Amino acid sequence: MKWETVIGLEIHAQLATKSKAFSAAATKYGAEPNTQACAVDIALPGVLPVFNKQAARMAVKFGLAIGAHINHRSVFARKNYFYPDLPKGYQISQYELPIVAQGKLTIELDGVEKVIGITRAHLEEDAGKSLHEDFHGMTGIDLNRAGTPLLEIVSEPDMRSAKEAVAYLKKIHELVRYLEICDGNMQEGSFRCDANVSVRPLGETKLGTRAELKNINSFRFVEKAIDYEIERQIDLLEGGGKVVQETRLYDSDQNLTRPMRSKEEANDYRYFPDPDLPPLVLDAAFIKDVERTLPELPAAKRARFIKDYGLSAYDAGVLTATREMADYYEQAVKAAGADPKIVANWVTGELSSCLNRDNKEIGQSPVSAAMLAGLLARIADNTVSGKLAKEVFEVMWQGLGDADAVIDKKGLKQITDGAAIEKVVDAIIAQSPKQLEQYRAGKETLFGFFVGQVMKATQGKANPAQVNELLKKKLAP
Amino acid sequence: MSLQPTQASLGELAQALANKTISSVELTSLFLERCERLNPQLNAFITLDREKTLAQARSADARLAAGESGPLLGIPLAYKDIFCMRGWLTTCGSKMLANFVAPYDATVIEKFNTAGSVCLGKTNMDEFAMGSSNETSYYGAVKNPWDTTAVPGGSSGGSAAAVAARLAPAATGTDTGGSIRQPAALTNLTGLKPSYGRVSRYGMIAFASSLDQGGPMARTAEDAALLLNVMAGFDARDSTSVEAPVPDYTQTLNGDIKGLRIGLPKEYFSEGLTKDVAQAVEAAIGEYKKLGAQVVEVSLPNSQLAIPCYYVLAPAEASSNLSRFDGVRYGYRAPEYTDLLDMYCKTRAQGFGPEVKRRIMIGTYALSAGYYDAYYLKALKLRRLIAQDFQAAFEKCDVIMGPTSPSTAFKIGAKSDDPVAMYLSDIYTISVNLAGLPGMSIPAGFDPAGLPVGLQLIGKYFDEPRLLNVAHRYQQVTDWHHRTPKGFE
Amino acid sequence: MAINLEQVGRIARLANIEISPGEAAQTSAALNGILGLIEQLQSVDTAGITPMAHAQEVAQRLREDCVTEQDQRESFQAVAPETEAGLYLVPRVIE
Repeated sequence: MKWETVIGLEIHAQLATKSKAFSAAATKYGAEPNTQACAVDIALPGVLPVFNKQAARMAVKFGLAIGAHINHRSVFARKNYFYPDLPKGYQISQYELPIVAQGKLTIELDGVEKVIGITRAHLEEDAGKSLHEDFHGMTGIDLNRAGTPLLEIVSEPDMRSAKEAVAYLKKIHELVRYLEICDGNMQEGSFRCDANVSVRPLGETKLGTRAELKNINSFRFVEKAIDYEIERQIDLLEGGGKVVQETRLYDSDQNLTRPMRSKEEANDYRYFPDPDLPPLVLDAAFIKDVERTLPELPAAKRARFIKDYGLSAYDAGVLTATREMADYYEQAVKAAGADPKIVANWVTGELSSCLNRDNKEIGQSPVSAAMLAGLLARIADNTVSGKLAKEVFEVMWQGLGDADAVIDKKGLKQITDGAAIEKVVDAIIAQSPKQLEQYRAGKETLFGFFVGQVMKATQGKANPAQVNELLKKKLAP
Repeated sequence: MSLQPTQASLGELAQALANKTISSVELTSLFLERCERLNPQLNAFITLDREKTLAQARSADARLAAGESGPLLGIPLAYKDIFCMRGWLTTCGSKMLANFVAPYDATVIEKFNTAGSVCLGKTNMDEFAMGSSNETSYYGAVKNPWDTTAVPGGSSGGSAAAVAARLAPAATGTDTGGSIRQPAALTNLTGLKPSYGRVSRYGMIAFASSLDQGGPMARTAEDAALLLNVMAGFDARDSTSVEAPVPDYTQTLNGDIKGLRIGLPKEYFSEGLTKDVAQAVEAAIGEYKKLGAQVVEVSLPNSQLAIPCYYVLAPAEASSNLSRFDGVRYGYRAPEYTDLLDMYCKTRAQGFGPEVKRRIMIGTYALSAGYYDAYYLKALKLRRLIAQDFQAAFEKCDVIMGPTSPSTAFKIGAKSDDPVAMYLSDIYTISVNLAGLPGMSIPAGFDPAGLPVGLQLIGKYFDEPRLLNVAHRYQQVTDWHHRTPKGFE
Repeated sequence: MAINLEQVGRIARLANIEISPGEAAQTSAALNGILGLIEQLQSVDTAGITPMAHAQEVAQRLREDCVTEQDQRESFQAVAPETEAGLYLVPRVIE
């Protein structure tokens, strides 16, 4: 039988606010346990929540970016369940009336575009963390993360393969970073994803029973976990079995999913409107105000790069992958006054490979856009050859100064003095009578030998065009 | 005239402190001594802490010596044990919090501290404010100073008994379904539940968040106004706190009430109301007529349904509010358990008393899948109808009056085995919380057994000035509120 | 509607309150007594009525995004049942 896979994603993006969703404690990652958990976060008796305006702004920003409906009136509800990292015994979330409803996002896979529906995006608070290292057989609870604002982005079950799911996830990841509402750090858990996966016979319109996959914390694992789960479900069904609706954890060490034991009993969350929080009402002015802060979105930027800078779709894609990368590129173009394509080559080539090699984000690049522009200017005015420029770049990367300083210090300035080059050319010809004879006898490939010798003698600094011209003249019979 | 601190008004005490007739330490010691001596008879306090109390009195004296003055500076008050107070045991009447020394101050406490009031002690209460008799307290029942075999009402029964017995000049209470007004009625006090949003709930341990309000319990409207002046006001830490200026409630006490339209809801004078209470209430209304007020009949047609509505909504909210008591971060943890779930279940089974557990379970049921619409959602709709009844009634009148409680204080143990009978004691007070309106109870006489009767005043939203005014005018022509229970003069 | 023993068990599980088999019958009776009182709700027609979850008709006030809370771990954990290395300890959580 042919099977069709149906996937929907629930993405949790931690909103990049300074303080928590309902308290004025810091959200910074990595603090000592429970030092960023204030009275509200640890749910002392009597404390009350007050919602963070910035989190509302960020949610609206996301909603506008996906062309969604912004609910002017949304409601916080309590989701009741017991868990040690959930101090109140309920999570403040949005249930019946989310802040963002009905948006969509276009993904591209192998050159084919597809629209993925986004059912809703709602505000809620994060839980703390359970540390399972051994504390005499007990679990340690750190509530620093408790109360951090989250935007839960729920897609329609529109994806049909693990690859599509990853493409969508990456697209959302790119978007939230563009909007500067989430730092997107998957290792630290600020961008997380649960996947609802089911399979059905091809042609069937009813959805199959789904499993919810949790704990998938990288793009690679999302693909692997879903692929594993699809295979598991198909095997199960083809063997005459049934898929049970359950939550499963992805185990990246063994590359498999297994049922989550703590969620065995069907949950009854008893959602009801939080009596501590009146409705969240956002007027048109609030939304308009957020709209003004919307940056150019990735798709628009890509199109503009292709049109304005004459870039290939591929280069435009690489350069707009993050807002920081795109900003870097445009700053360099503006400062250098150079051919945007050459700038693109440098950013996607030399710079990107250095970033990858040293595992750095563009924001941490030791070579700023202005510094790269400075180097490109020296290539343009023939101060340094393209080849040596790479050496200059490497030295700049080490943090040893800008292009001019490096060229100067290392004596990498190009020799353009015709007389000086001619002297070297003459000397090389004089040293190589045998090669001269063979060349003149018709072995033209030896031209390269002479160029190489001249460059070697000048440590690569002679202007290649001038060397070529002189050699052609002098080697002629 | 020599000062009689146990009978003096707050104004007189402040005056005596200001002109150095007495120091705060002296005044406080006098009340403390009474508390220590008489509390064993009443069980009104859960915590008395002489050292902490006197330290506060000393600092008030220092402020007085520095020339500072203020209506409550140096005045000892009793606080219901539902308000978190830094460094003080704050139990909420429960075993669950028997070891909970609060690490922070409730906003109300902060305001009293700023005003320079002195905490005499933390008063007994029904466990988590769930009760109408103060019998559900883990710390034992409170006795009514008017008859120590009778209940003082609840849940603010400790505060009521303490003020009625002159162990404290005044106290704080909280009111979710009548917990200030009903005990005030049963102990001959003036108690005010402010409009929802008037007094910050921050640091007041939540029972039912959409209904809870803190308020003053005092002997007179004048004293209540002084307390409310301090307690009321916007608090950025409470999202339900209303951003509105606080009037000086003492300034409007004396306003003329000639022409005041008093609405009498016919539903409040029907079956269930005892004859003694009905007579006292009618006599009080007569007194108001003499003061120039007019009486109009109004109707609150859904008031019979306030009790079922309340006993869905309050437990539903409570079931969620009390989930934080899980033995993880503070409070009681069962000594023995097999695993996490067992720790939760045993901690909560042992830490909560039977009434609290009943309400958590009813609330859990009302919110659970399959029952939400029939109970919780239905009750929310009914709540709207009840609020609309009041709106319609206030088209015809300025203030609504009626009994606070259907009967005077009942015997300890009389209703403790029958939760439903107990719930009916709040029949006249509950709808006021559902509608978010201000309500008051003032002394209005005694039954033949010598037990006090309370008259309830209900006002429009944020109309506390008028309620206090109406109460004060009555107290100027009556002396019920001056009566002191025998043995506690 | 009435709450039977099985439902008492379910509610107790949701509420995380241990109820011994001996208590279950008594609890069920008490809850049914209260339920009897509550059932009166069903007598009213509430069609078209908007639910009222809050005592006042106000919108939520929002807080500016500022960090004003300081670390108070020590004082908070002074009242905790069991802590170690700044963490609250609970019986092992199994996922």
